[in-house]
Amino acid sequence: MKKLTAARMERCIGCHSCSLACARLVHKQLSWNKAGIRIRSAGGLSTGFQARLCLACDPAPCAEVCPTGALTQRREGGVIQKRKLCIRCGKCAEACPVDAIFLDHEVNPYLCIHCGRCVEYCPHDCLEMVEIVSERSQPTQEEAS
Amino acid sequence: MIRDHFRVYLVDLDTGTMQVLERDGREQLCGGGGLAAMLFQEFGHADRPWDDPEQPLIFAIGPLTGYFPLMSKTVCAFKSPYHDQYAESHAGGRSALSMRFGDMDALVIRGRAKRLSALAVGARTFELRDVNFLRGRDALSCGRVIRDMFPGSGRRSMLRIGPAGENRCSYACINVDTYRHFGRMGAGAVMGAKNLKAIVILGDRGFPLPEGKAYTSLFKDVYKQLTDTSIMDKYHGLGTAGNVGALNELHALPWRNLQQTHDPDVDAITGERMAEDRLLRNAACAGCPVGCIHIGYVREKFQENYQYLYRQVGYDYELLFAVGSMLGITDSFDALRLMDTVELMGLDVMSTGVALAWATEAQEKGLVTEEQTLVPLAFGQADDYMAAIEHLARNSNEFYSLLSRGTLKAAEVFGGGDFACVLGQEMAGYATGEVFFAAEGLGFRHSHLDTGGYSYDQKHEEQDVDHAVDFLVEDEKSRVLLCAMVSCLFARGVYSEELLGRALESVGYDKLAGAMPSMAENIQRIRWQTRVQTGYDAAAVRIPKRFREVVTWKGPVDPDYMEALRTEYARRIMEIGAVSEE
Ligand code: SF4
Ligand code: SF4
Ligand code: SF4
Repeated sequence: MKKLTAARMERCIGCHSCSLACARLVHKQLSWNKAGIRIRSAGGLSTGFQARLCLACDPAPCAEVCPTGALTQRREGGVIQKRKLCIRCGKCAEACPVDAIFLDHEVNPYLCIHCGRCVEYCPHDCLEMVEIVSERSQPTQEEAS
Repeated sequence: MIRDHFRVYLVDLDTGTMQVLERDGREQLCGGGGLAAMLFQEFGHADRPWDDPEQPLIFAIGPLTGYFPLMSKTVCAFKSPYHDQYAESHAGGRSALSMRFGDMDALVIRGRAKRLSALAVGARTFELRDVNFLRGRDALSCGRVIRDMFPGSGRRSMLRIGPAGENRCSYACINVDTYRHFGRMGAGAVMGAKNLKAIVILGDRGFPLPEGKAYTSLFKDVYKQLTDTSIMDKYHGLGTAGNVGALNELHALPWRNLQQTHDPDVDAITGERMAEDRLLRNAACAGCPVGCIHIGYVREKFQENYQYLYRQVGYDYELLFAVGSMLGITDSFDALRLMDTVELMGLDVMSTGVALAWATEAQEKGLVTEEQTLVPLAFGQADDYMAAIEHLARNSNEFYSLLSRGTLKAAEVFGGGDFACVLGQEMAGYATGEVFFAAEGLGFRHSHLDTGGYSYDQKHEEQDVDHAVDFLVEDEKSRVLLCAMVSCLFARGVYSEELLGRALESVGYDKLAGAMPSMAENIQRIRWQTRVQTGYDAAAVRIPKRFREVVTWKGPVDPDYMEALRTEYARRIMEIGAVSEE
């Protein structure tokens, strides 16, 4: 199973092509923040750019607090999102340690589902899909016994 | 499409309030430059001076902004302090997408704040805050403070002015997101006159996409063309700085107040050398995968024992010409330090460089004294130019306050109009020949991008006035359409009229797509009409003597040909801009 990583952000030019692509292709939106990946600058453009996106936790704190099953643990890390089940309580965004979930004004959560559709739209090859090295897939002695 | 009409935010600084207006006219005027002219017709006052508080400062985007790559610019329109006529300036950064996602097609600001203020506006935001403590602050440190005062990092745009804008220099710029500018015609002074230090535009909305696959698949095609083919290589690689060497080679690079068009000492400031020695990285306007913004660095020793500081400085062709070759600067750090100073002060770089080049020659010729210039001005001397730039922005004495109103204003008093390199405004860096000189002198924005005059010069040896002027008029029309969309003009090779039509259709603007030719004519007409109403008389424009003395690779400029071009182009412009009687 793969996850998206913003592996080479030193190369980022701040074009927002990735966010716009995610919003367009995954969330059917014209937006630069209703997206699984959001680009920000830390202190103006001189400091370069950071990407806000899901780190594919396992277990995922956002799924753990989701009361309705709209977010469920994805095998090996990250979450699966079923928007129809979401009651917009916003707990997931609070629980995420890295501010990877964007809540719009109607408290709709937007987060990365690790599909990789943004990758081909990054002109500087900053983004990458990598195989998740899961601790679960290598069971410890205790679990195995 | 988000809506078929225009949604306009009208801010009144006197009362600290905002109204949301809806206006028709999309099919006649599209957006951008067309919309801006329409709004000036409604809110502007042709008969009052530029700094009357009632004059509007207008920002406008187009129907495809945010939808397609490189639809990444904003048009800013205002009555210019430079000539007190209607004017336009274009910039990118994040401004266009912030406006799109802030849910406005245009932002109109009128009135004057009681104290120096910062305005924040967005789909769910409106705030006007006193920032009097920022008075006199340079544009970059102002940015740092404002950044902490308002939310939305990454999805907002910040427009601000430096001391030059506060002091109403006629060529003060508005800095957009540090590396882009509404540079020409003095938009920064208009903000200054409104007591507005900064504008934060927060883009926090999203919009549903059109149904069906047409849009996403066309997006993909356009995106691939822009990124996988070599079309944009020039802008991404060396950037426009690549022109320095090329134009020098062509004997078309202005040097030392245009006394020469070529210099063998160009090496240190060519695009190649800048990229190899000084380039830190590239950056992009939001919504543009090309990344033409080139950021270099200067480092300075501030103490013995190897103590250095460094600063990041954006550079491109215009800057290398204006504070490089035009001032006889042949060291890349020197050029970057000058760019940095211009940036901090919030001046238009071309006007600043050209004005100082004139002042240098005027001092050489004894028309102005060192007492007036406060520092000795000599070609190649960067430190003194740095001081002079500050004096300009801060209006240190009578000489500098005159010069900060335009080179010709200073020349009226001190003489030296013959060697003022002014084509409407201080010239752009293309000494390519007669067609360019006439075109920039008369053109709507006095920008080399109004028309392709500079490239016409390079492609045509023959002298055919009608052919050249037909070209200028038609080329302007096609660019006018792009400037109403508002596309980056670097993308003009990709966005043919046919592709623009498909793009408009794919997001639901079918009628707009069908109306393009008439729309282009409408926009061209209303822009010129608005200009003429505010006092523009193309026939009165003169091209200073220095341009008749230029020698390019084609040989000496032909003054008669240039004069014939000027007369005919002026006639055509006034024909387009004629205001009917009803
Ligand atoms: S959204 Fe946040 S909490 Fe949830 S898996 Fe991703 S990083 Fe972890
Ligand atoms: S991997 Fe998919 S969901 Fe995640 S940011 Fe990219 S496009 Fe969006
Ligand atoms: S597409 Fe790439 S370069 Fe552009 S903002 Fe995203 S990560 Fe940065």
